[in-house]
Amino acid sequence: MMTLFTSDHEWLRIEGDIATIGVTDYAQSQLGDVVFVELPKVGRSLKKAEAAAVVESVKAASDVYAPISGEVMEVNDALMAEPALVNSDAAGKAWFFKLKIADRSELGGLMDEAAYTKHTA
Amino acid sequence: MMLARDDQSSLQSPLKRTPLHALHGSSGGKMVPFAGYDMPVQFSTGVLREHLHTRSSAGLFDVSHMGQIALHAKSGKVEDAALALERLVPQDILAVARGRQRYAQFTNAAGGILDDLMVANFGSHLFLVVNAACKAEDEAHLRANLQDACVIEPLQNRALIALQGPKACSVLAELCADVAAMRFMDAGPRRVAGIECFVSRSGYTGEDGFEISVPAEQAETLAKALLGNSDVLPIGLGARDSLRLEAGLCLYGHDIDVTTTPVEGALEWSIQKSRRNGGARAGGFPGADKILAQLENGAPRRRVGLRPEGRAPVREGAPLFADSASSEQIGAVTSGGFGPSINAPVAMGYLPSSQAAPGGLVFAELRGGRLPLRVAATPFVPNTYKR
Repeated sequence: MMTLFTSDHEWLRIEGDIATIGVTDYAQSQLGDVVFVELPKVGRSLKKAEAAAVVESVKAASDVYAPISGEVMEVNDALMAEPALVNSDAAGKAWFFKLKIADRSELGGLMDEAAYTKHTA
Repeated sequence: MMLARDDQSSLQSPLKRTPLHALHGSSGGKMVPFAGYDMPVQFSTGVLREHLHTRSSAGLFDVSHMGQIALHAKSGKVEDAALALERLVPQDILAVARGRQRYAQFTNAAGGILDDLMVANFGSHLFLVVNAACKAEDEAHLRANLQDACVIEPLQNRALIALQGPKACSVLAELCADVAAMRFMDAGPRRVAGIECFVSRSGYTGEDGFEISVPAEQAETLAKALLGNSDVLPIGLGARDSLRLEAGLCLYGHDIDVTTTPVEGALEWSIQKSRRNGGARAGGFPGADKILAQLENGAPRRRVGLRPEGRAPVREGAPLFADSASSEQIGAVTSGGFGPSINAPVAMGYLPSSQAAPGGLVFAELRGGRLPLRVAATPFVPNTYKR
C-alpha cells in the first residue's frame, strides 16, 4: 500500500488497481467545520482534474477534483450522514470515494508524503 | 481541491487594523481581509462552535471596522439633527426618544438603499453606526446634504465591541450594573469597567446583547475584561454571518443594495406611519415617490427566507426558478449557507411578489441540477430580544 498526494490537498491510497481518495488533514484545517459532502455516483467515469465531489463548510463550498482518471467503484455514504468526519478523521474514516485506476502513469505526477509535507509547510 | 486563498492583501492597499488587532493575533484569530480591514474570520474554536456558543452563552465580536458618526445640529437642538437626517432616510427620527435607537436606511433618488444604519438619540446629538464598506460614502453623503444644519463628526478613535447571547447581560452587568435595566434598542453613554462608553442593547445575531463603543486606547482593556468571564468566547466574522442569516437580518451589499428598495427588501416595518402618505412628515427623503407608492401598492419583487429541502447549502448568486425544468429565471439567492442552530441550510433571496408567500416551493440551480427550496418566514431562529 502506498499513499500519494496532490498539490490541491487530496490524498490517494493505492491498493492494487484501486485508489481510495480523500482530502488531507491540512485541507480540513483550512476548510473549517464541514457541514455537507456531495459524492460522485458509483459507476461514473472520472477524468483526471474533473470536479468529482463537493465539500462545504459553514463558510464556503469547495470542489474535490479527481486526482487521476478512473471509474468510481464505491463512495463513503457515512460522510453524507456525518460530514464532520472530514474534520475528525480526514486521513481515515473520512475517505470520499474509490476509483479503479485507468492509467497508472498518472500516478507519476503525484507527491509522496515528504514532498506534500514540504508543499504545505 | 481548491482551497480559498485567504491572503489577497498583498495586491491591494495595506489593510487597516482595528484597535483589537493585536488581541485577535494572540487569541488565535484567523485573519482575512474584510472591507479594507484585517479581521478575524474565526478563532481556534471554529465557526460552528462559535455560532452555537453565541446562542447558548455569550460571544464577543470586534465590529470596530464599522463607522461611528456623531451628528450635531448647528442649533444645538437634537430635534434639528433628527429633522435634518429625515431628509436622507424614510424613518421617523424625530420620534426616537433620548436614550433610544432605531434602524434606518439611506435611500437614493431611485428608492434604492445606499446603506443601512442605526441611529441613536444621545440627548445632545445623534449617534450613527454605519457599514464599514460604506462609511466614506456615507460621511460624504451627510456632508453634501446636511451641512447647512449639522456638524458631521466621524468618531475615528473609537472601537466597537458587540457582546451577544443569553449571558451577555449578566456578563456586562458585572462591569456596568446599569445595563440590566436597558431594553432592546435602548442606547446611551454608560461607564463600563470605569471606561466612558456608549452602550446599546442591540446587535446582529438575533440574540439579546449589546454593542459597546469604547475609546480606541481602552478597547483592549475592555475586551480582555469581558473575555475574562468564562461565559465569553471571541467570535469571528464567519459566525457573525451565520448568526445574522439565521436571524433573517440583511447584509448590506448582498441582501439589500442600491438596486433594492426598502419595500422590496421586506423592510416596511422600519418605515413609520409619520413618513408614509397621510403622515405628519410624509415623504421628503430620496426616492420617496417610488417607496411610498410601493408601500401602498406593493413591489414587483420581495426578499424572502428560503429553506433548502436537502442538506446542501445554496449560496449567494444561485439562480431561482419556478419549477425543476423551467428555463426562465425568477430570482436569485442573495445570502445562503448552513445554519448551525437549526442544523440545516438556510438562505435569503428575491422572488416575484406573487411567488413570495411562505410555504411556496422554488428551485435553485446548483452544480447543474435543481434543488427545491421552501419559501419560509424569517427569522429562521426566534429572536430573544429583551423588549
